[in-house]
Amino acid sequence: MHGIVACEAYIPYHRLERAAISTSLGGGVVSGARSVASYDEDATSMAVEAARSVLRTVPTAARPRRLYLATTVPPYLDKTNATVAHSALALDSGALAVDMCGGVRSGAGAFLAAAEASEPAMALLSDIRTGLPGSADEREGGDAAAAVLFGPGDSDTPVLAEVVSAAAETEEFLDRWRAPGDLASRVWEDRFAEHVYVPLAMDTLSAALKKADLTPGGVDHLVVCGLPRRSVRRVAAGTGIPADRVVPDLAEVIGNPGTAQLGVLLAAALRRAGPGDTIALLLLADGATAFILRTTAQIGRRRPAAPLAGGGAALRYPTFLNWRGMLAREPPRRPDPEPPAAPPAYRSRAYKHAFTATRCTRCGRVSLPPAQVCFHCGAVDTMESHPMARAHGTVATFTVDRLAFTPHPPMIAVVVDFDGGGRFRCELTDADASQVAIGDPVEMTFRRLLTADGVHNYFWKARPVRRAGGET
Amino acid sequence: MASNGIRDRVAIVGMSCTAFGERWDRSADDLLVEAVHGATESASTNLDDIDAFWLGTYLSGVSGMTLSRPLRIRDKPVTRVENMCVTGSESLRGACYAVASGAYDVAMAVGVEKLKDSGYSGLTRASIPGDGTGGTLGTTTAPANFSLLGPAYAAKYGVHPRELKEVFTRIAWKNHANGARNPRAQFRTPVAASTIARSPLVAGQLGVFDCSGVSDGAAAAIVVRAEDAHRYTDRPLYVKALSCVSGDATGNVDPSYDFTTFPEVEASAREAYRQAGVRDPRAEIAMAEVHDCFTVTELVLMEDLGFAERGTAWKQVLAGTFDLTGELPVNPDGGLKAFGHPVGASGLRMLFECWLQLRDDVPADRRIAQHGRTLGLTHNLGGGPGECVSFVSLVGTEPND
Repeated sequence: MHGIVACEAYIPYHRLERAAISTSLGGGVVSGARSVASYDEDATSMAVEAARSVLRTVPTAARPRRLYLATTVPPYLDKTNATVAHSALALDSGALAVDMCGGVRSGAGAFLAAAEASEPAMALLSDIRTGLPGSADEREGGDAAAAVLFGPGDSDTPVLAEVVSAAAETEEFLDRWRAPGDLASRVWEDRFAEHVYVPLAMDTLSAALKKADLTPGGVDHLVVCGLPRRSVRRVAAGTGIPADRVVPDLAEVIGNPGTAQLGVLLAAALRRAGPGDTIALLLLADGATAFILRTTAQIGRRRPAAPLAGGGAALRYPTFLNWRGMLAREPPRRPDPEPPAAPPAYRSRAYKHAFTATRCTRCGRVSLPPAQVCFHCGAVDTMESHPMARAHGTVATFTVDRLAFTPHPPMIAVVVDFDGGGRFRCELTDADASQVAIGDPVEMTFRRLLTADGVHNYFWKARPVRRAGGET
Repeated sequence: MASNGIRDRVAIVGMSCTAFGERWDRSADDLLVEAVHGATESASTNLDDIDAFWLGTYLSGVSGMTLSRPLRIRDKPVTRVENMCVTGSESLRGACYAVASGAYDVAMAVGVEKLKDSGYSGLTRASIPGDGTGGTLGTTTAPANFSLLGPAYAAKYGVHPRELKEVFTRIAWKNHANGARNPRAQFRTPVAASTIARSPLVAGQLGVFDCSGVSDGAAAAIVVRAEDAHRYTDRPLYVKALSCVSGDATGNVDPSYDFTTFPEVEASAREAYRQAGVRDPRAEIAMAEVHDCFTVTELVLMEDLGFAERGTAWKQVLAGTFDLTGELPVNPDGGLKAFGHPVGASGLRMLFECWLQLRDDVPADRRIAQHGRTLGLTHNLGGGPGECVSFVSLVGTEPND
């Protein structure tokens, strides 16, 4: 049996209260908040964070041999983004990594490709959604990623749910589009989209159910996703499946994270499903795609973690605009940041992307960055690779740098001493400068440090260790 | 194998130092011409008598031609050196060893920096292609790097952050007071302690007034064999010790480093005292010019250089020990803080203050009381806590003392 063996969502730390938008721009107050990818995150880095949660407890044999990354906001064109994730996850070089980029529908493609793969495969669905200031896209969008790992399952990593059937209808029409490089999408009148989508979606769901030999009444959990909000609502309410079986869309707490929504809501469904439950996933995007899943008796073995609660102090709206490229700020009187150079970045990819250190086999000391000569005992070439991406540590000392350039001043710099050895000095992200103290527990997170000359500099930062904040 | 030192084998016989500051109307070339000719005049000699040159500059030029071109120095060797903020002192080390070796009779150490042409605030770094992981001195600024010392020092020695801030303020106040009396200094206005204490925070507990100035300037020294010194001047300055430690940069890698000291400074000081035969620096040294890039740096240096016991320098600072009129004046010329910090020139600027003070060549209003002591110390530091280059020199007016 090939099926889902793990599924996790990653919701970024920051939240923008929708009221903050109307406070600045006027207009009626809209309730709720949306999740916001930090200035140091992008679709790839968030996908890596989701995938790291999935792989945390997965044995080597179950690690993916295929990686499909779907997003509408690929950080790179021409160059594959999934290879960054592949490198950050330290996957075997024999594992395929490809992008499925462009439309939200790519997410369904990545999911299907992973579901139908003949070997362990992971779909990474990641998105950053925004629109022009004051737009519905800005207000209702959200940023998130999800990772769904498929595999044959074994006693350590059992199949939690299998895909029983899939159906798709494809339709070419203009409901939403965006020219490459544009910051915001354009949409046609949503009543037109509704006219096309609703019957398409109903037909697709019926087709998938029929293939699975089911009726709507046999669905225990219905997930309807897609950016055409009006159509999605109509479909969710009109399938004949009772409302209490519709998985809440999290619009109030994170917004609609586009491509990632399918995975984020699947994770939510897997959190609540019992053994033998039927989950219907329906995506409205340039047609409709439906998947019927059935959970196994092992569903309780590995529930997706509840997303963390949003960051304490809500983001200021101008900060949000700045992060999304809508509001340029005066740069500091400092040299422009320099991009990493290709050959050194290639040489140090195990460290730079996967945060692999070295450990001296003679004295046991861990060296970050990797070294040939041991800082402690001076031995030469006695090093072995030592993965540190999952290491936890504590703040040995720190400072708040009010001069350093950052889109979220002030910058917090910490010296981290890791449990089990190793010291690393880096930025502390997703944190409040007034809350940092010596001894604070921290963990590592994969981030985009900067972009220069079109090169995204991916590396690692520390972040405070936070416990899951319950269902969001 | 041993580091033998060159105690009393060479002497400084002429020095000069330009005014430091925002020298909008002077290029690096102009500053070099002023400094080099100032030094030859000071030694009553001329450029033709200099056999070899060591030029220190951090970012204001590459190759020896940075000096030979503007001065039109023909058929002579010029060595350009760079060692972060130790650059100026490194040029002195090269010139002194060249003369001590017998290779040259007369050598000149020159340092220059033209920082204000960049349009940037603060120091910049040379661009070296990298992997984007930043190294440990990566994204944070210099004040942030040094401000890491504050919380660690406060925690280790039980100093309340408020007391520590008073100590920082006292150091800045002292150096501004000293600089105000110095016509070559960048900042010549005394600054009230309350103004310093209230200045906007830059990093950690460090405010704007806890940071040294960014400036333009140049300085130069002429080095000859000790036995030749009196051909040039009645009052030479003998080189007692030159010590440089390039750190192994483990502080940001090794959890055993605690951010309350610069081990490189302690090691370089120990070596300098050994070369010079100094047993009790606090008692034997008449004055010290130290690398007060930030006030917290000067505090920690007082302990690393052996001027105060561990954990006690903060009390000594508040007691005025290091004031101009104190028991051991530190940075009587205003230091990096008030005199300014044109990187390549700073080490030689420190030596210049020793040159003036130890030879009683300063006006009464800023003259230190030597109490029979004849030694001066200069100290430079490049990098930051955890990884730095450190230099210590000792010079004195008496040979074989």
